[in-house]
Amino acid sequence: MIPAEFDYRRPDTAAEVIALLAAQPDAKLLAGGMSLIPALKHRLLQPGVLVDIARLPGLDQVSERRGRVRIGASVTHGALERSRELAELPLFAETARLIGDVQVRNRGTLGGSLVHADPAADWPAVFLALDGEARCVGPKGKRTIPASDFFVGMLTSALAPDELLLEIELRPQRKRAGAAYCKLRQPASGFALVGVAAEVSLDRRGRCERAAVAITGVNPVPFRAAGVEARLVGGGLDAVTLGRALGEIEELDPMADLHASAEYRCDLARVYARRALLAAAERAVA
Amino acid sequence: MVLRPVSIGARIKRREDPRLIRGLGLYTDDLRLHGMLECAFVRSEYAAGRIVKIDSTRALQRRGVVAVYTYDDLRGEVARAPCAARMDETRDVEHPLLADGAVRYLGQPLALVVAQDRYLARDAALDVDVEIEPGPCVVDPLAALEPDTPRVYRSLPDNVNVRIPPEPEALAAVEKAFAEADGTLSLRIVNQRVAPVPLECRAVVADWQEGAQKLTVWISTQVPHQAKQQIAICLGLSELGVRVIAPEVGGGFGCKLPVYAEECLLSWVSRRLRLPVKWAETRTENLMNTTHGRGQLHDVEAAYRRNGELLALRGRIVAEVGAYASYLGGAIPTFTLLMYPGCYRVGACAFELVNVYTNTMATDAYRGAGRPEAAYAIEMVMDELARKLGIDPVELRRRNFIAPDAFPYQTAGGATYDTGEYEAALDKALDRFDYSGARAAQAEARSQGRLVGIGIATFTEICGLGPSSNANPLQRTGTWESAQVRVEPTGNVTIMTGASPHGQGQETAFAQLASDAFGVGIDDVRVVHGDTDVVPHGVGTFGSRGLVVGGTALHMALEKVKAKAAAIAAHLLDTTPDRLRFDGESFSVAGAATDDGAERRMTFREVASAAHLWNVPVPGQEPGLEAVARFEPEGTTFPFGAHLCQVEIDRETGQLEIQRYVAVDDCGNIVNPLLAEGQRLGGIVQGLGQALCEQVVYDETGQLTTATLMDYAVPKATMFPEIELDSTCTPTPLNPLGAKGIGELGTIGSARCLMSAVHDALAPLGVAPVEMPVTTERLWRVLREAGA
Amino acid sequence: MQIEVTVNGERRSADVAPRMLLVHWLREELGLTGTHIGCETSICGACTVHLDGRAIKSCTLFAVQCDGHELTTVEGLANGNQLHPVQTGFWEEHGLQCGYCTPGMIMSAAALLAEHPDPSDQEIRQALEGNLCRCTGYQQIVSAVRHAAGLTSGSR
Repeated sequence: MIPAEFDYRRPDTAAEVIALLAAQPDAKLLAGGMSLIPALKHRLLQPGVLVDIARLPGLDQVSERRGRVRIGASVTHGALERSRELAELPLFAETARLIGDVQVRNRGTLGGSLVHADPAADWPAVFLALDGEARCVGPKGKRTIPASDFFVGMLTSALAPDELLLEIELRPQRKRAGAAYCKLRQPASGFALVGVAAEVSLDRRGRCERAAVAITGVNPVPFRAAGVEARLVGGGLDAVTLGRALGEIEELDPMADLHASAEYRCDLARVYARRALLAAAERAVA
Repeated sequence: MVLRPVSIGARIKRREDPRLIRGLGLYTDDLRLHGMLECAFVRSEYAAGRIVKIDSTRALQRRGVVAVYTYDDLRGEVARAPCAARMDETRDVEHPLLADGAVRYLGQPLALVVAQDRYLARDAALDVDVEIEPGPCVVDPLAALEPDTPRVYRSLPDNVNVRIPPEPEALAAVEKAFAEADGTLSLRIVNQRVAPVPLECRAVVADWQEGAQKLTVWISTQVPHQAKQQIAICLGLSELGVRVIAPEVGGGFGCKLPVYAEECLLSWVSRRLRLPVKWAETRTENLMNTTHGRGQLHDVEAAYRRNGELLALRGRIVAEVGAYASYLGGAIPTFTLLMYPGCYRVGACAFELVNVYTNTMATDAYRGAGRPEAAYAIEMVMDELARKLGIDPVELRRRNFIAPDAFPYQTAGGATYDTGEYEAALDKALDRFDYSGARAAQAEARSQGRLVGIGIATFTEICGLGPSSNANPLQRTGTWESAQVRVEPTGNVTIMTGASPHGQGQETAFAQLASDAFGVGIDDVRVVHGDTDVVPHGVGTFGSRGLVVGGTALHMALEKVKAKAAAIAAHLLDTTPDRLRFDGESFSVAGAATDDGAERRMTFREVASAAHLWNVPVPGQEPGLEAVARFEPEGTTFPFGAHLCQVEIDRETGQLEIQRYVAVDDCGNIVNPLLAEGQRLGGIVQGLGQALCEQVVYDETGQLTTATLMDYAVPKATMFPEIELDSTCTPTPLNPLGAKGIGELGTIGSARCLMSAVHDALAPLGVAPVEMPVTTERLWRVLREAGA
Repeated sequence: MQIEVTVNGERRSADVAPRMLLVHWLREELGLTGTHIGCETSICGACTVHLDGRAIKSCTLFAVQCDGHELTTVEGLANGNQLHPVQTGFWEEHGLQCGYCTPGMIMSAAALLAEHPDPSDQEIRQALEGNLCRCTGYQQIVSAVRHAAGLTSGSR
């Protein structure tokens, strides 16, 4: 299928991108294009201008310094899968490997995935679980959006149409802490029927000091399971305790489609939350 | 005796491959003709309704748009879309090339846009203003049979395409058996609708040459000769002016067996514009408007004796034909009737078949075409019976197998089976699988609460359909196949076959036959196919007939050539043909290698040269060395197999893992094991796909939920373990090759084998049989309801 | 828009419409019809080519995005008459039937082996998850890639 006609721009600086977005209200940013281009081909979207930001300098960096992980918006899933900088944080490669397929991972970007805010995308769960921050720039300058404020609706992020995501910053817990991502893939598309990113920190006695559980694929907007997290603190991370803590996930507001009913998604959320927490706990003691 | 490698039976790598692995294969969409225009269809966005308006004004205003055609342009110019299986003439309905006032299924072509390139054609198609007044639609086949349901055709108040009642004698025999039975078993068995999804979508290039008054159509088709006939009929042309070429065809699986409306329409447009035109289907069009497969619902009752003997089967089969009867669509379910008894001695069989119209895409052949549905049903009956009687499913099958000495065997389904050694295949599979070991391991796993299941399917199917007396006259061809063998002056061989392939490897297998016949190298044989101007006549590749019927035709032509070569050699060697012997490479005079000092021997190549040079004429013979042959199959072949698999289901999520799959198949003699394994592996996975994840889903308004590959799940490489293959060999006496057919064999039993394992895994929970596809949610739901 | 792309080692300049998909540009403008189209949703992988050495789906990329980059298509994989080991593997192991998915499969497999010269069967299957094949059931494709891996390690 064929996209409608559009103009194509490839600015060299973020400032030019911002200026273009300001001047062209029907412009759309193009990064990896893995969601955008199929939508254009089916003419679900017909922007007047595509602004290609895949090559903006400085957005393809990954660094890990003093516990702070910074990932440029145009870093591809594939780069994160292979990243040497993040080799000691298996969460990233683990999540990346579960996205789409090799070819999609070689083009699709972390920034694109977050900003597109597909309710079944994977990175949003990681971004939420690790209390990430998104650095953006717009006509009024730079600002930082915390992950908790980032996803505002189905396919809608807090980024204004005239803003550009530059990078995200994450602070994974390091001391007696571990994180993991578990996912059930939709058999055709590979998107998440459910995806759970969990991070736990243990105290010296192996009890849960802090837990983060972020769930994607279930609600129209990815979310943190705050009630579950609160119930986990202070307890052990054994199956029984987990079962109790996960008995109810208060935030559930499930979607339903051909591949999973609302009921099934709710149950999957519980099962995968437990699996992710157990995997995270295992890494925490390792 | 000259020693040389014999190619029949050897694992010879394919001669098709060098071009394909370098990206140099020529598929229909790869074709570019000077001045060629591109087409795009405007299709109905509703499953049912009345066309109020189709306005092309805006579309025609676009630069680069050449024409927009609707039904009004076709009126009186073309006939209905080809349909060779009109099951009940009193219920016949026409499928027009473009919708004529009413729309009856989602995606029905409304208009055709012709433009300078495909980008413009797509733009313009979206500019055609269509107004449709949506009408009530019916999607579910059982609902369609209810009274007061929306009608697909006004003229057919019951939405029935054909209703075939059981034969009275069969019915009487069944009733008798039921009366005498120790027990009966009732099952509803569903074979969901699936999409064939060849990797290459359909494509057509039509090129009318005004000067020559000649139409050439390149089609991604399994049946170029049938397409030629049908296009000529549809357009009212003499077939002398129509040439169809099937270039490289990127998979068919039955869905490129129908001759489609689009193929006729493009032909018409090219003739009208006197320019070449192309249409390449999109994947969404393919999922929506290329024929689907399966779509059957059985209500079956089985009568049995306490000892497990299956006495009789009766019931009703409701088959979805879709919104119109596709080329052979209406006839496909009759193969299910024919093959219902499987490889068992079933005393009597009586089914009613009801083909139903719904507001959905038409169904037609799909790998197995009616036989996997039968195998699925009878094997499910076996499993359920085994469970009910507490007999091991393997043992139950043994008790019911048709014995090897009972062939030819007339079944209650109406077929005459050629040969079979069902128990031998089963034993081999059990051995390879270590069935008793696997059962012990399963018991151990079950005691730990794990859901491990072992599945079994023993099956047979029908291949190489014949005789021609059973063919449908509207198909304009019998069930034979043709072959022409032309020996060049060098002794190199050109073969022309009507069995036009789409991935099967005829260029290799057929060259092997010629190589062995004449003692020439494989690379000195060229196999030509898929061009109706070059290959005199042909029927096509479907129903696992390539080697069985096409290969046999070739064998016959090779024998004719060899006989003529012998006559020539005999004359030149001053002897008679009956005194000659052919050692695979040379003719020599039996018992007298030398007579007067000169060696009395001629190679085949020398004979070929003499046949063309003709400086020493051979009395009673014409110059040259070639022959045409047609093989008419008087009976059909019945390959068979025994498959076993093991699965484990995740109790919490319903995720299923296939842990082992063992397949023992018997397709008679094999020309090239490498190709045969490829056919079997592909077929097995295609059947497993239906069981695991594939389903065409319409919502109640007739919209297609599975309109892209984001929702229609085609099996992926990660879903399967390494499949273990083994085989037995029971040749058929019905053709000189002893070959039984291989193309569909894998698909026949594999879907059921997997489902058998799934149900076995769930057996401790005492749940009712699960339907295909066993998506994670479906299994999760069963597990939950069982309180697992 | 004017672009310059190196395709199979040859520098190409062209004026392309922004909406021209890479796969159409390769096929229609450059005549490199070995790269096939099997879907519109970036699932089937028949259109897989290498962009700067990495496998990507050319149906989900505009030609303009490739400006200044290097592309390899199946036509550029062999070294003259010397088949790439993956091509040889596919031929030897009957890794193809209808051949339509084959160019994409081969490009994906070649990219895999460039990075992981000795993959396990499971790694091969995972690497080919973005390529659908309807004919082979994948098994002989896995054998083909294994064969190619053997050839590659043998030559070192």
